[in-house]
Amino acid sequence: MRRLGWLAVPLGATMAFLYLPMLVLVVMSFNASGTPYTWTGFTLGWYGELAGNAQILVGLVNTLIVATGATAGSVVLGTLLAIGLDRYVRRSILDALAIGPAIAPDIVMAIGLLALFATLGMTLGLHSVLLAHIVFGTALVAAVVKARLGHTDPSLEEASRDLGATATETFFRITVPTLAPAIVAGALLVFTLSMDEFVIAFFTNGPSTPTLPIVIYSMVRFGVTPEINALATILLLLTFTIVIAAQRLTGLGGSAE
Amino acid sequence: MTPGPVAPARGAPRRRGLTERVIFLGPGLLYLVVFFLVPLAIIAGISFLERGRFGGIVFAPTLDNFARALDPIYLRVLTSSIGLALVTTILALFLGYLTAWGIARLPRRWRTIALILVVLPFWTNFLIRTYAWIVILNSQGPLNGALVGLGVIAQPLELLYTPGAVVAGLLYAYLPLMILPLYAAIERLDPELREAAANLGATPIRVFLTITLPQTLPGVIIGSIFVFVPSLGNFIVPELLGGGKLIMVGNLIRDQFLKARDWPFGSVLALAVIAALAVLLVVQAQVSRRTATTTAPGA
Amino acid sequence: MTALVSIDRVSRRFGDVIALDDVSLVIRENEFFALLGPSGCGKTTLLRILAGFETVDAGAVTLAGADLLPIPPHRRPINLMFQSYALFPHLSVERNVAYGLEREGRPKDEIRDRVAEVLATVGITETARRRPSQLSGGQRQRVALARAIVKRPRLLLLDEPLSALDRQVRGEMQLELKRLQHEVGITFVVVTHDQEEAMSMADRIAVLDHGRVQQVDAPVELYDRPGTLFVARFIGSNNLFHGTAVGGGVEVPVLGVLPGTAHTDPPSAGARAVLAVRPEHLVLDDAVPLVRGTVAETTFKGGMSTLAVDVPDYPMPVIVTQPGATRIERGTAVGLRWDAARAVVLRG
Repeated sequence: MRRLGWLAVPLGATMAFLYLPMLVLVVMSFNASGTPYTWTGFTLGWYGELAGNAQILVGLVNTLIVATGATAGSVVLGTLLAIGLDRYVRRSILDALAIGPAIAPDIVMAIGLLALFATLGMTLGLHSVLLAHIVFGTALVAAVVKARLGHTDPSLEEASRDLGATATETFFRITVPTLAPAIVAGALLVFTLSMDEFVIAFFTNGPSTPTLPIVIYSMVRFGVTPEINALATILLLLTFTIVIAAQRLTGLGGSAE
Repeated sequence: MTPGPVAPARGAPRRRGLTERVIFLGPGLLYLVVFFLVPLAIIAGISFLERGRFGGIVFAPTLDNFARALDPIYLRVLTSSIGLALVTTILALFLGYLTAWGIARLPRRWRTIALILVVLPFWTNFLIRTYAWIVILNSQGPLNGALVGLGVIAQPLELLYTPGAVVAGLLYAYLPLMILPLYAAIERLDPELREAAANLGATPIRVFLTITLPQTLPGVIIGSIFVFVPSLGNFIVPELLGGGKLIMVGNLIRDQFLKARDWPFGSVLALAVIAALAVLLVVQAQVSRRTATTTAPGA
Repeated sequence: MTALVSIDRVSRRFGDVIALDDVSLVIRENEFFALLGPSGCGKTTLLRILAGFETVDAGAVTLAGADLLPIPPHRRPINLMFQSYALFPHLSVERNVAYGLEREGRPKDEIRDRVAEVLATVGITETARRRPSQLSGGQRQRVALARAIVKRPRLLLLDEPLSALDRQVRGEMQLELKRLQHEVGITFVVVTHDQEEAMSMADRIAVLDHGRVQQVDAPVELYDRPGTLFVARFIGSNNLFHGTAVGGGVEVPVLGVLPGTAHTDPPSAGARAVLAVRPEHLVLDDAVPLVRGTVAETTFKGGMSTLAVDVPDYPMPVIVTQPGATRIERGTAVGLRWDAARAVVLRG
C-alpha cells in the first residue's frame, strides 16, 4: 500500500472529467428555465413533459422490446457457447470468433449486417435490430460466463453423474445453477448495452420503428432540449443501477461466492 | 490443460461427445458465422464490385473503389481521421496511465470502487454522453460561463464545432477503455524490479523508461487499440460536436451507405478501418510475446 | 474374502504417455484397498476408469462378475469421493447428501431418514442446513464422504482423501475412515501418494509406478518383503547395495558378499542385483561385522537415534536406527551386521 501522493491529482481530474458532464445534465434536468444556461428554479416539469412525449415513449417501447429479446437470445446462445468452448475447445481460433463481435468496430458490424439483410432481401425493422443485437450480446454473455467457468470446479459435473444423474439432469440441476450469477450478470449487461446501442440500430432499423437512442439522436441534432436532460438523468440512473447489480453478481470486488 | 499421465480427459465416449458438442457449440457458432463473419465477407466482397446506377450493386469486379479511396479528397479525410484519433489516443494514454497508476496505489477496497466508477460511464448511453458536451461547450454553456466568470476570458469562446471538441468527445467516450487494460498491466508489476534498478543507480525517469514502460507495453497497446479504432470509426461525435465541418472516416462510411448509396466505396473505407485494427492486433500480439516476464516462484 | 472387482490387463495411454500398462488387480469384498504410487503412476487414471470417467484402450474390468466398462457412470453401483470434494455450492449439506438418493427416485421419507442417519454416522448432523462455503475443510470432507456412502455403493472410491487436510486433522481422519469402512461394510479403494497413509489405513496395497503394478500385498508384507527395487525405495527407508547376485546374497564391489534372502522373482546368478536392508535391522557389532565404517552424523528424533555411517569406497552413507539415545560419537569406527533373513535380494 503505497502513498497516493501527487497521483491524486490526475486521478481526481479523471474522475471529474468523467462525471462532471453527467452531473451537469442531471442538474439541468431540474432547471426551470427553458435554456439550460441560466438557473431559474427547481422544477420537475421537464420530467412531466417527458412522460407526455409520444415520440420518446414509442422509442422507449421499441427499445424495451429489442432489449428484452436480445437479452433472451444472447443468454441462451452465449451460455451454451461458453460451456461448449470451455469443455471442448483447445484451439484459440474459436475463442477469437466468440469474442470478435465485442472487438469489431460497431460501424463495420453495422454496415456488414445492413449488407447481409439487403442480400437476403429482408425488410428492416425491429426484428433486424434484434438479430443484430444478439450478435454482440452473445459474445458478451459468452465472455462473462466463460470467465466464471474458469473458476468453477470441473469435478462438480462428474460428481453429479457419479451420484446417478444423467447428462441432462446434471446440466439443469448443477451446471446452470452454479453459473447463475454469471448468466444473470451477462443478461443485465446485454440489456443495458442494447438499450443504449445506437450505431448498429441506426443502420439496421426500419424507418417507422425507431429505438430510443435513435429518437434521442434526432432530437439532439436540432440542439438542446430540456426533456433530453430529464431523459438522460433517468437513463443514467437506470444504467448505474443495472451495472452495479451486475458487478455484485460477478463479484468483481469479491462479494458473490 | 496439458495431459500428463494422470490428467483426466473430460471423458465421455466419443459418440456422445459429438452430440453434446453440437448442442453447445452449434447454435452460438452458427449464429456468429451467419451474422458476424458473413457480413464481414460481404463487405470485403462488395468492395470489389461496382455501384449500380440507382444505388444497387453490379456484379462487375473492379478495383476502382480502392483507387478512389486514394483520391486526395478522401485521403485527406483519412489522414485527418487518423490524426484526430491519434491525438485522442495520446491524450487518453497520458491521462489514463497516470489514473491507472493512481488506482493501483489505492488501498484494496478503494481500488474496486475506483474501477467501477471508471467503468460506469462506459455503459451509459453514448449519445447522452456526447450530448452532455454539447451542453457544456456551448457558447452560453457552463464552461464558458465559468471561464468568463473567473475573468479568464472576456468573451465566450467558440468551443463547439472545433477539432478540440471532437477530441474531447472521443476522449470522453473511450477513456475508460484505456484505463482498464493499463490498470491490469500496472497491477501486475513487480515493485522489486524497480527497486533493483534504483539500487543499481537508475534515476526515476530511467527506471520508468527502461523498466516500467516496457513491462506495461502490452497494456498500453491494448488500451490504445480500444481507443484508436473506435475513434477512427466514430461518426456521432464528429457530427454532433464537429458540426458537419469535420468529416471523419466514420461519417464518410455513413454517408456512402445511407446517403450516396455507394456501398462498394463505403465498404472499401470500412476495410480501411478493419485493416487498421488488424495491424494493431498483430503489433499487440508481437509485443506481448516479447515482453512476457519471468518471475521467481512465489513472487 | 471373495473377489469384488477384477481388473484384467487394462491399458490406457494419453497421446505419447502410457498411463496404465497391462495392469491386473483383484479387489476383494469388504477390504480397504489402496492404490499407492508417485504422481504420474496411473493410480488416478485407474480410479477414474472404475468410476466410469475414463475409457480403456485394452483390457476388461468386472464388478461381481459382470462386465463394468459398458455401464455409464451414473448407473454404476460405485461412488467417488473427489479430491476437491466437489460439493454443490448452491445446495445445503442436506440437499448435497440427498442428491444421489433423489436421482434414484426414492420416496421423500426414506431420503430424509437415510440422510439423517449418514450425517450422524460421519458426525456432522448440526451442519445439515448450512452451505458448503460455511464449513471447515474437515467438515466438507465429511459431507463428501456422507454423500458418497449414503447410496450404499458396492465400491467406494476415494481420490487422495486426506491431501487437503492439515497434519493434525489428517491423523484423526485416517482412523475415522478405517472405522467407517468397518461400520458401513463397504469396499473402499483409496488413491494416495503418501505411503504412510496407505500403510496405516489399508488392508492391502497395490504399488504402482509408471503405469505398472509393482507389487500387491498387505502393508507388513510390503514392508518386510519388497518385491522390486521401486517398492524397496518407495516404502519406508532402505539401505541399498548394488552388485551382482550370488547364492545367499549380493556381491558388492569392495565390500564383498553381503548376505540376504530373495523372495519372489529372484535374480539369476551373476545378474545385477540389489541388497536392501532397513536401518532398524542393522546392528552395531565390532566383533563380526559385515561392513565397517565411521560414524558421520548422529541425530535423535522421536525417541530414535539415527546414525549415518560412511563406508569407505561406498558412495552413500549407510543409515542405522536404534531406539533410545546413542552414546556413540561422530568419528567413531563401527562395524555393522544384519540378519540375512531380514535383508532382501532384488533385481537391480
